[in-house]
Amino acid sequence: MAMTTAAARSGHGRNATPEFLADRARFVRLETLRLTRIAGAGHYSSTFSAAELFAALYYAHLRIDPARPDWPDRDRFILSKGHAAIGLYPVLADLGFFDPALLDDYTRLGSPFGDHPDMKKIKGIDFSSGSLGHGLSIAVGMALAGRVQERDYRVYCMLGDGELHEGQVWEAAMAASHFRLQGVVGIVDRNGLCIDGHTEEIMGIEPIDERFRSFGWEVQRIDGHDFEAILGALGELAPAGVGAPQMIVADTVKGRGVRMMEGSLNWHVGNLVGRDYDAVVAELQRGLAPAAAK
Amino acid sequence: MTSDRTVSEGQDQSDLFRGVSGPADLTESESVKGTPASRLPAFVLGEELAVLADRDPRIVVLTADLASANRTVEFKARHPDRFFDFGIAEKNMITAAAGMAACGQLPYAATFAAFSAILCAEQIRTDCAYPGLPVRVIGTHSGISMGFYGTSHHATEDLGMLRTVAGLTVVCTTDANHLRGVLRASVDHPGAMYIRLGRGRDPEVYPDVPAIAFGRAIRLREGRDLTIIATGAEVRPALDAAASLAARGIEARVVDMHTIKPLDEGEVRAAAAETGAILTVEEHNVIGGLGSAVAEVLVDCARVPFRRHGIDDEFAPVGPPAGLYAHYKLDADGIAGVARDMLAACKAS
Repeated sequence: MAMTTAAARSGHGRNATPEFLADRARFVRLETLRLTRIAGAGHYSSTFSAAELFAALYYAHLRIDPARPDWPDRDRFILSKGHAAIGLYPVLADLGFFDPALLDDYTRLGSPFGDHPDMKKIKGIDFSSGSLGHGLSIAVGMALAGRVQERDYRVYCMLGDGELHEGQVWEAAMAASHFRLQGVVGIVDRNGLCIDGHTEEIMGIEPIDERFRSFGWEVQRIDGHDFEAILGALGELAPAGVGAPQMIVADTVKGRGVRMMEGSLNWHVGNLVGRDYDAVVAELQRGLAPAAAK
Repeated sequence: MTSDRTVSEGQDQSDLFRGVSGPADLTESESVKGTPASRLPAFVLGEELAVLADRDPRIVVLTADLASANRTVEFKARHPDRFFDFGIAEKNMITAAAGMAACGQLPYAATFAAFSAILCAEQIRTDCAYPGLPVRVIGTHSGISMGFYGTSHHATEDLGMLRTVAGLTVVCTTDANHLRGVLRASVDHPGAMYIRLGRGRDPEVYPDVPAIAFGRAIRLREGRDLTIIATGAEVRPALDAAASLAARGIEARVVDMHTIKPLDEGEVRAAAAETGAILTVEEHNVIGGLGSAVAEVLVDCARVPFRRHGIDDEFAPVGPPAGLYAHYKLDADGIAGVARDMLAACKAS
């Protein structure tokens, strides 16, 4: 199922075409299916909502070098919504951070790869995550360290939208603005759903963009499944330095790419078996259809 | 402006929360009064870190709107580019410290123990200890040292909570020189660490800066009749208690068990084998802290008379610190009395 690393690398770089990135987003979704089947359960839909974001960041934007995972000047990426790690592991393997065959034992006893990522065990993971609400604080600390060390890396932090319920997010939002950490780039995967229902019914978080603006952030709001929009927003980012931290609110669809999962509350965690699995693989291989209505 | 002094004056914020002012000052033991500031922990934390930071560019200091109270202002004055005040947002501070450590810094993050340790227990566990990052979480004003500020500002659970976190080193500082020794030893110690301070006006035990080895207790007094194992601000009264016990013919060994985790198990076994009775003394709930840690060692070796002395699973009443220490028999007289009772009970049984 996994594409070859060589094929992936051929498209890596800031000139990656939308077709190549779409192929990598499909790879993220297919690998998520495969790994979930190994584990017996997994976070499908919150990984699918972030597939285009992962592809754009890792194949077309981040300043990283898989041969030097500890490179001090690399950009950092904090997956604060750590439950989407199942979609990030295949990307890191594909780029050469580690042997893709290691994923064949995903979540088995002793595997480095759990549902949530462990920086001590996995090259390319910049910080362990899983407890929602912590990632943006990590990004603040990493950006302050960059300032102390006079490095110009950026720190990207992908948050879930339900994660914005956590108060610590807003402590960090305040601090990033107060310390003028322009190199902090937040990305909210705004897929609309938390586990118990629509965020606006469980605990409202809109207007997300205006809230971050009022905390002193520069905010862009985009379609998180449109590569032109994603790359456009990433291209607009100011460099690391002294200034307002930057937020990209990416409107996405939870479960995007699989019709029966799109906008559904039933696939936050699940396991496809038998003919259902085969049918979803076939659906993903056909490529993205227009999204179901939210 | 009038010349009449009819308007109340604010106080130096460095003395805020120490309760040192006022005519009926019951908060200071006589042995502290007159001690120069350089010999009080409250005044050496920032200064010592600033000196260490002169040599070590990794060191950064973080606080949460208590730079004056914990004297990290001294660090700020010397290293303003490596000092970060996070405001009253402790969780963000501890997690950001972990982010800094992940990028090569050596952060010391200080605030009241009630907030650094208890409020941020999850951030310490998940963001500092689990990734094995060298974050030094400093809890000042631990135990009941905040006195009449009440339970919200007391920390009598921090050792128990944090002792169960894998890989976390848990250390209590005894006095100003001991704090200096702990800070010096912490610089190159691997992994995350919780450093517990008292009120900052703790009376002197060490006339010079001791060489600290984490996990290695310091035996301060020899004795054959029992061992008092104390930690933090209880070491000085434990020593004073031993002196008064000696006047009654009871020779107590006194051990400064500054590292709660990893515990110096050999010292506990030696106390059991060589003195035959153990009394632990801590400014903490008797559940989960030093006494529990020692008990865990003792169940695996010889049974000896043993008592955990501290706060018996309750929230402390309001009162000035000295009054509270007397109330809980955590002052020298109280500890001596508990030791005598314990030995008398042994003889009776």
